[in-house]
Amino acid sequence: MSLWNTLRVALKALMRNPSRAMLTTLGIVIGIAAVITMMEIGNGSSTSIKRSIEKMGANSVLVLPGWVRPAGVSQGAGTAVSLTPADADAIGRECPSVAYYSPIVRANSMQVIFGNSNWIPAQMYGVSPDYMKIRNWELEEGRFFSEREVERNARVCLVGATIVRELFGGRSPIDCEMRIRNATFKVIGVLKSKGANMMGWDEDDVVLAPWTSIRIRVTGRRSGSATSTSRTAASTPGELFSGTGIALYPEQDSSLTKDKLLVPRFTYIDQIIFSAVKPDKVGDAVREVTRLLRERHGLKYNQDDDFRIRNSADFMKMLNNTSTMMTNLLLVVALISLIVGGVGIMNIMLVSVTERTREIGLRMAVGARSRDILKQFLIESIVLCLVGGFTGIALGHGAALLVESQLNWPIESSPGAVVSAVVVSAAVGVIFGFYPAWKASKLDPIEALRYE
Amino acid sequence: MALIELRNITKTYYLGEMDVPVLKGITLDIEKGGYVALMGASGSGKSTLMNILGCLDRQTGGDYFFEGEELGRASGDRRALIRNQKIGFVFQSFNLLPRTSALENVIMPLAYTAGDLSRKECKKRGIAALERVGLADRMGHYPSQLSGGQQQRVAIARALINHPPVLFADEPTGNLDSHTSEEVMQMFDELSAQGITVILVTHSMEIAGFARRVVRISDGEIKEDYYNRKEGNV
Repeated sequence: MSLWNTLRVALKALMRNPSRAMLTTLGIVIGIAAVITMMEIGNGSSTSIKRSIEKMGANSVLVLPGWVRPAGVSQGAGTAVSLTPADADAIGRECPSVAYYSPIVRANSMQVIFGNSNWIPAQMYGVSPDYMKIRNWELEEGRFFSEREVERNARVCLVGATIVRELFGGRSPIDCEMRIRNATFKVIGVLKSKGANMMGWDEDDVVLAPWTSIRIRVTGRRSGSATSTSRTAASTPGELFSGTGIALYPEQDSSLTKDKLLVPRFTYIDQIIFSAVKPDKVGDAVREVTRLLRERHGLKYNQDDDFRIRNSADFMKMLNNTSTMMTNLLLVVALISLIVGGVGIMNIMLVSVTERTREIGLRMAVGARSRDILKQFLIESIVLCLVGGFTGIALGHGAALLVESQLNWPIESSPGAVVSAVVVSAAVGVIFGFYPAWKASKLDPIEALRYE
Repeated sequence: MALIELRNITKTYYLGEMDVPVLKGITLDIEKGGYVALMGASGSGKSTLMNILGCLDRQTGGDYFFEGEELGRASGDRRALIRNQKIGFVFQSFNLLPRTSALENVIMPLAYTAGDLSRKECKKRGIAALERVGLADRMGHYPSQLSGGQQQRVAIARALINHPPVLFADEPTGNLDSHTSEEVMQMFDELSAQGITVILVTHSMEIAGFARRVVRISDGEIKEDYYNRKEGNV
């Protein structure tokens, strides 16, 4: 008996009792619909998480200074002064897995003034040109500053969309002179809007300038330092070294200063950001940077790192894990409902076998082999499950679309889930259809023909 | 060589500790083109004998040769093929599939025929078989829309679909009134005249009277084997 023929016989048998077939398959419909909806919503949310992390800079890694514990009292993260511009350059030069790097100098709570309006940007960063590539940031208009301008401590800056709105009243700020503390900066570019990030921070409320300019002209010191936030910052190198400002370096032992001419390290930086050549190379890059910095900072094997590395890949993995776990949990629930649906199928197939005992006997009498009977009932239950599966896929997709339009949750259709839904429903048909079909094929034709 | 040769066929049912012998050594030859009635009271073993002849049941002992081939010990698949190709069954209770048209009922056995026929070919053969029993105009009807006699004729058409050399009929008129019984029995007469070997199982003398040869079975043994006095008898 050909497959096509068997299929036709099975369909005809099911159509003899369409309402029962529909009710039987309802369990599968609901199970598959649940699986599809869960998968689409789960995929949608994990994709949106991924996208928002990519917006932050897909494979960027942040190097932060460690902390100091004078007299055992921790001053908090970032209180140590350990990262130098030379560290940043060395990372770029010596770590093969690092694609781009940039020093970061932060200026917190700095008022910016233009005309008669003023504003305090949430973030003011001194960076180098590669920062844009690391953070995937694009320009709305104007240009980014060059390496040359970084070397010259040029008084140029870029502003985010929020600054344009709040400080410049929405007009193009290009070539405007904006005052940050005691220095004026010329706006040379506007950053493309990124919107709020996952934590709800406005990422457009930002000012970017060459890190040298921020360090020398605006902060004049480490901004994260636990001391001296109230002091007036120096705006020129001359002021920096005049001795009236705060000490840039750890206090030297008097004997040391006497004996040795100290070549001053020009300045410290707050953070170093770098990106790996590929997302899966982040781990390698982190290892290389750790080794390099330990070596440069002269740390012995038994000393702790005086810096910390924060990896957005870890963060991303954590978020992904959370959403994967939720999806898996819901999948298990959906699978249980599929099993329940399968038991329903088995039940009805057993009823159907009993009910059609005479038909089975007759089919055997006219030449059906027991494997023909087995095949017929198996195909019947597979058809039942597949019809349920396809209906479930349609319903599940519909439900996901409804969720998207009503609740505004992101969804993403997943071809893998559709394929596995089809496979699973066929498998349910085989597994739960086998016992009734086997029972049918083992009937004695004489008994079956006599069955009332 | 006869079409069907039975050599000392026995059949014993084992019910718990007790052996119930149903057939006690049946030896019988049926020639090709024969028209035989297996007659006997209920419980005589005639139905069991027919089940063995029809490859639905296996004998406990003895040999069953069909066209010279021993079938009692043949494989299940071989016997299924014989049932499909060489044997037609007509049952007392018609055994038509409900909610299935007469034509679909008739061509149902073709689904199990090797060398699949096209759907069109199947239909053509089904219509031809229905024409043979005079029901071609009812092929779209469901069994519930047909009279008992018509249902039995549909069942005969189904038995004939593969042009088997042998037709078994188990009390074919048991569920019919005397008038339609006559009709159905005339059908068997015609088929016999066309050269098909017809084997009837019945308890009624009247029905047995249609056959040319009567084999009377009682208590699992052949008690009588005679030819009816009827025009054209062998």
